[in-house]
This record gives sequence, structure tokens and C-alpha cells, in this order.
Amino acid sequence: MTAIGVGRISRRRRVTNTILCSLLGLAVLVALAPLVAVLVYTVQRGYHALSPHFLTRSMRGVGPLDKGGGAYHAIIGTAEQVLIAGLLAVPLGLLVAIYIVEYGRGTLRSVVRFLVDVMTGVPSIVAGLFIFAFWVVGLHKGFSGLAAGLALAVLMLPVVVRSSEEMLKLVPDELREASYALGVPRWRTILSVVLPTASAGITTGVMLAVARVAGETAPLLLTAFGTDGVNRSPFKGAQSGLPLYVFTQAGSAFDVAVRRAWAGALTLIVFVLLLTVIARAVTARSRVGVD
Amino acid sequence: MAKRIEAGGVTAWFGSFKAIDDIGLTIEPKQITALIGPSGCGKSTFIRTLNRMHEVVPGARMEGKVLLDGEDIYGPEFSATDVRRTIGMVFQRPNPFPTMSIRDNVAAGLRLNGVRRKAELDDAVERSLRLAALWDEVSHRLGRAAASLSGGQQQRLCIARAIAVEPDVLLMDEPCSALDPVSTLTIEDLMSDLKDQYTIVVVTHNMQQAARVSDVTAFFTIAGADEPGRLVEVGATSKIFTKPDDERTEAYITGRFG
Repeated sequence: MTAIGVGRISRRRRVTNTILCSLLGLAVLVALAPLVAVLVYTVQRGYHALSPHFLTRSMRGVGPLDKGGGAYHAIIGTAEQVLIAGLLAVPLGLLVAIYIVEYGRGTLRSVVRFLVDVMTGVPSIVAGLFIFAFWVVGLHKGFSGLAAGLALAVLMLPVVVRSSEEMLKLVPDELREASYALGVPRWRTILSVVLPTASAGITTGVMLAVARVAGETAPLLLTAFGTDGVNRSPFKGAQSGLPLYVFTQAGSAFDVAVRRAWAGALTLIVFVLLLTVIARAVTARSRVGVD
Repeated sequence: MAKRIEAGGVTAWFGSFKAIDDIGLTIEPKQITALIGPSGCGKSTFIRTLNRMHEVVPGARMEGKVLLDGEDIYGPEFSATDVRRTIGMVFQRPNPFPTMSIRDNVAAGLRLNGVRRKAELDDAVERSLRLAALWDEVSHRLGRAAASLSGGQQQRLCIARAIAVEPDVLLMDEPCSALDPVSTLTIEDLMSDLKDQYTIVVVTHNMQQAARVSDVTAFFTIAGADEPGRLVEVGATSKIFTKPDDERTEAYITGRFG
């Protein structure tokens, strides 16, 4: 009888281990390959055209064959539209998530959760069409950055709700009880104990939602419509956006335009990346150091 | 100021399950009362009815009276938050707020109830930490995260947090069951120090602990799996552990069941 020793692992187990580990490694590579390829390709194609000139000029008076021209008008548009969507969807989504996790009981809670699930599945073009029919045409508001922001908010809301809900559920009940046991009312417990504990996760969820809507093109076609000049006001008149810009430039048959499209795509990626880094830094600062 | 608790006819349910049945118990001030008994006998449920924490659980309800120096804590003149400020609680697992520093954890009860003055908060933090025998270990790093403390320190921090709001009664629900023996002894010494100022009720599975620290011991038990917990007998700890009146108490303390 040999003792159960270290290093006495049967051949069969060793072989199985090696095969499965290799499979896992392969899966990681396969999953990462397209991601890395997209990034590398975009940077390669985009960085030539990406210049101060590109970031500060619009397309006004620039024909499809002309060199130059930039995405300034589109950057302004995307920033404003995403800001509007965020201002609407984040507080509302957070409140819905708080209702579901902290207050909701019984049927109403199930109905709310079901509706949020249904909303998650709404195709972005439908959200755009809805705002187009309801706001742009129905209320005679016309195309605007605000209309685009509304459409993006519709898309953002369910993502914010679901991710915040998951994060709030992760906060242990012991912390809520500790707070109640100090005589702290429920609303105060949620504000001062539950939300700060979940804040890092909630921020990540919100950034995912921002990243998702920042790249939406279809709803913009029906709401912001697009323009080649700078329109700083999101409340009046057609506005461009980075996805729209990429869409129109890439649709052109000419090389200069296609190059602008790649630069626009790269700008969009950097825009989302910057927002994510800033959001991470802000939440990291609000936490006390563990060391 | 330590106050007397008189509980009468306390029956509590979780949904349709009756967890404790008709508990009557008077808890004297400036003493440590230990609640002992097998798992599931309703000790924790009972003390959670004493500071209205039972009703926090969805579907939970209770009947009966709980008087604090003669005043009904379930009466209209008290809100649940008032009661919990007066009757503090320490839980089984140390549960400091992870996003707050050591200082903010201790000040949490005051701060979240609207105290803003820094001097007042700082005083309360130092006084509570000293009382919880933690001041010397943490005074130089009050700004650090509470999670950086050891388990035993975290539990003393939770005790400091509970006494910072100056309650009259301190309920402790198995405060040492997640701690090592050394930390357990520290907390037991602390309990003996605190009893000059507070009414202390401690739930424990550790009979040596009950024998070591308590003045009065109450023994709870259940007759079977789906039966509610009942109070069997209560008396001076020395009596319960040497010549209990009830044979079930005797069987439990001599280790024949439970």
C-alpha cells in the first residue's frame, strides 16, 4: 500500500490536465483574437488621419474627395448625446434597481423586472424609431441631439437597471442589519451604506452601458439625423455623432473619406476608454485604502 | 443608563413557521444575561424581538409585549429606529462597513443620525474605542479601512460602533463564535467591563462562556424539528450550571444533548 503522496498523480490525470489546460488556453486565444485584431486594425488605419486638425475641424465645405476635414462636430454631438442619455438613464435606472432590490415585493416587482428584461431585448433601431415617431414627428420637435439622447437613454436604461440590481444584491444583508441596528432609517442606510458599498460595481455597469450606446448608429439616423457642420446646441437642429460620422465616411467610395472613417472609429474607442478610466479613478478615490 | 427589559408572551413567526412561543423573561440592568440552548431554539429570534430587528426580515411578525423600564417598545410613542438607538446590537460575524475608515465606522451611528459637529464625533470615537479596548491598537491609524483589522479587532470595532450611540442595552448575538480563543477572552473581559453601564444580553453556544461571564442564564430548547423554541428555565448562572430545576437543562449543560 503506497501512502497518498504528493507527486504520485496518475498518468491519466496528468494527461487529462494537460489537454484541458491547453483547451482553456486555446479558448482564451480564440476569444481575444478578434478583440485584439479590431483594436490593432483600427489603430493602424486610424492613427494616420488622427491629428489636431482632425479633432478640431468639421466637415463643412469638405467634399468627399478633398483631404482634410475632421470630426469635431461629431465629437461634440456624441459627447452631448451620451451625456443627455446618461443624465436621464443613470438616475432613473439606479432608482429602479433600488426599488427592485430594497423595496419591491410581490407582483409589482416581478412585473417591473419582466419589463426591464423585455427592454433589454429592444433592438436599437426600434428605440430610434420610437423616438422618431413620438418625439421628432409626433410632438413636432424635429431632429436634434436631444432626440438622439432620448433614444440612447431608452437603450441605456435596462442595462443600468440590470447591472445595478446585480451589484446591490451583492451587498451583504449583514451590512444593512448593522446599520438598522444603529437606529439608522432605511433610506439613510441605502444612501450611506448600501450604495457606497456597491459603487465600484455600479460604475462599471454604467460605463458598460455608456460604451454600448456611444457606438449606436441606427437610432442616430432617425433622431440626430447628422450634419457636416458644428451644432453645439443639442436642443435645436440636426447634429452629428461619431458613429454617424464613421457610417457616412465609410460609405464613400474614396480613400480619403474611408481614412477619415477609421480615424473617427479610433476617436470613438478612445472616447469610451477615457470615460472608463475617469470613472474608475473617481470610484477608486472615494474608497478608503486597505493595506 | 442601563435599563430593565421585561418581555412577556413573546411569540414570533417567519411566515407561517412559529419560531418561538410565549417567551416571558425579565432582564435586569447592570448584569449580563446569557441565553443558551441548542441550535434553532430561537435564542437569536428572541433577542431580535427586543430591538425590533425581527421585523426587518420579510414575512416576519411577532406578538407579545416588550417593556423597557416599563415603556412598550412596540407602542405608538416609539418608532423602530428609536428603539434600535436605545437598544444596540452586536452580530455573530463582525460586520464593519467596508467602505468606511475605522473612525467613520465608530461614528457611523451618530453621523447617519444627523450629528455633524466634528469635536463631538471625535470625542465619541475615542470614548467608544477606549471602552471597547481597541483605542491603543488603532489610535494611530483611524483613517485606515476597517477591513484592515483582524477578526477580533473588527468585532471590538463593531462593539465600539454599537456603544457610540450611547444605548441603554447591548444585545450580543453569539459575538465570539467567529473568533479565536484569545480574541474571545478579550471580548469577554470587555463584556464584564461594560456591564457597569449597560444591560447586556448575550446569546452563546459556548457554555463555558455563559458560565464565565454571565450573572443570569436562561435556557431555551425545542421539542422537535418543526416545533417553536421555548424558554425552559432561567436563574442565577451558578444555580443553572450546578443544580438546575429542569432535567432538560441538566441534560444540556452536561452535554447529553444539543
